[in-house]
Amino acid sequence: MIIKQLSVFLENKTGRINDVVHTLGANGINMHAFSMAETADFGILRLIVSDVDKAVEVLREKNFAVMSTDVVCLSCANVPGSLAVVLEYLAEEQIFIEYMYAFAQADQAHVVIKPNDMSQCLKVLEAHHCHVLAKDEL
Amino acid sequence: MIWNPNKECMPREQMRELQGKRLCKLVQYVYHNVPFYRHKMQEMDLTPDDIQSIDDITKLPFTTKQDLRDNYPYGLMAAPPSEVVRVHASSGTTGNPTIVGYTRRDLSIWSEVMSRCLSAYGVTRDDTFSVSYGYGLFTGGLGAHYGVENLGATVIPASTGNTEKHVRLIRDLHITGIACTPSYALYLAEVVEKMGIRKEELGLRIGAFGAEPWTENMRQEIQNRLGLKGYNIYGLSEIMGPGVSYECQEQFGSHINEDHFYPEIIDPVTLESLPYGTQGELVFTTLTKEGMPLLRYRTKDLTSLIADPCPCGRTSVRMTPIMGRSDDMLIIRGINVFPSQVESVILGMKEFEPQYMLVVDRKNNLDTLEVQVEVRRDFFSDDIGSMLKLKKTLSDRLKSVLSISADVKLVEPNSITRSEGKSKRVIDKRVLV
Repeated sequence: MIIKQLSVFLENKTGRINDVVHTLGANGINMHAFSMAETADFGILRLIVSDVDKAVEVLREKNFAVMSTDVVCLSCANVPGSLAVVLEYLAEEQIFIEYMYAFAQADQAHVVIKPNDMSQCLKVLEAHHCHVLAKDEL
Repeated sequence: MIWNPNKECMPREQMRELQGKRLCKLVQYVYHNVPFYRHKMQEMDLTPDDIQSIDDITKLPFTTKQDLRDNYPYGLMAAPPSEVVRVHASSGTTGNPTIVGYTRRDLSIWSEVMSRCLSAYGVTRDDTFSVSYGYGLFTGGLGAHYGVENLGATVIPASTGNTEKHVRLIRDLHITGIACTPSYALYLAEVVEKMGIRKEELGLRIGAFGAEPWTENMRQEIQNRLGLKGYNIYGLSEIMGPGVSYECQEQFGSHINEDHFYPEIIDPVTLESLPYGTQGELVFTTLTKEGMPLLRYRTKDLTSLIADPCPCGRTSVRMTPIMGRSDDMLIIRGINVFPSQVESVILGMKEFEPQYMLVVDRKNNLDTLEVQVEVRRDFFSDDIGSMLKLKKTLSDRLKSVLSISADVKLVEPNSITRSEGKSKRVIDKRVLV
């Protein structure tokens, strides 16, 4: 189950994240998760939002460089060692993780993964009966 | 088409004879009417009789922008006030603005030389031509305006600003040609794209671009995005305004209207005359001007001259594209850097918008150069590695062209200020003590 993630290019300037978040909020777009990757002079804000297409549209209007990227969102038990098991499956099949971010809530943990090979990654997760979230499960 | 074959295609020897005659007359005129030149010539022990042919021009004193400022406002005017019918002023950001005055005959020559330029680009009476240089004290607007009228095409005095309305007029009035700065042409292309209008819906076929240096890459970019053919037009207010030189269909250098503006190339340091083909500072003498004629005016523009005959049939001397200005030149860590060099690198990479800003600073007694560029939306990647690679590619290319390393900073789309007139590309923060 491929999830569309929103990626936004940001200069390292005070208030820029706020501009993005404000624009999304004003357009009724909800954020489920996000992470910020940074370098010396720019960052990439990655978000899982309720309506990616609309988010791309409203942010483009405000001149942001944005794109949507395919990721998978995995759900596993919020107990020690559960992620290690899944990552082991991926490593065994030589699937490389470009980046990932996670959040845990009650007894569930959700992990967003950007693999180098999406179709192979999905195949492996499916073979091991991992719980991959669909768009409407977010 | 050649507007005035008699002058534009005159045999070289005949042209030099005409220039010599005009120079003798000019020297007489300024000697007797402009105290500044009379004193300068007297100091050099020169009288008008020492000037007998065009070759004697090297005996004459130079004029600089500072001379114009020192003699503000009317000190260099040769014609009496009653003969002056128009005055323009430069956008002097420091010190006095430079004032230029025109007699009725000056204005008619200006229209004539502008018509030669427009004809060379292929403009005819059937064209509708938009002048998008600023109208006002700047010579660009009115200069181009009367040239278009003189040629008999329809002029749309659009000036700058309100670009969306301008784009609608281009489409609805079937405007076929436009005169503006190359940076405004790029901005216009952006607005056209933003409005969702395809370039094919616009009937633009000719662009007369000038008033700032531009590169071949920028030409390609504008041509691709606006669907027209872009020609260089060169001029400066001190000499006349737009129309001093122009490209023909060959687009190999710009033909100088040298029956009116005599060009020389000098070494900007030693002030010695340099032969054709050598790069140096361009110097003009206004052979026919009455209002404010200038002897050997130093333009600060760096170029070289080509005297070989042009396949287009014109015999006039051509100047190569301006590679920079001797006063725009940045000296960074002792190396000469021209913004145009940076521009050609950026425009050579499709990943970047043709907008950039150079920020020069001094940190710990070392000059730093930061080059800010906008990543094109289509080339933005979610992968940090490829963004850093893009940054490195640009900084490697800059280093190989500039011989110094520049710190590339990727900035957000549309964050660099777009200009409607002459663009500002350099911020020099160095405080020299």
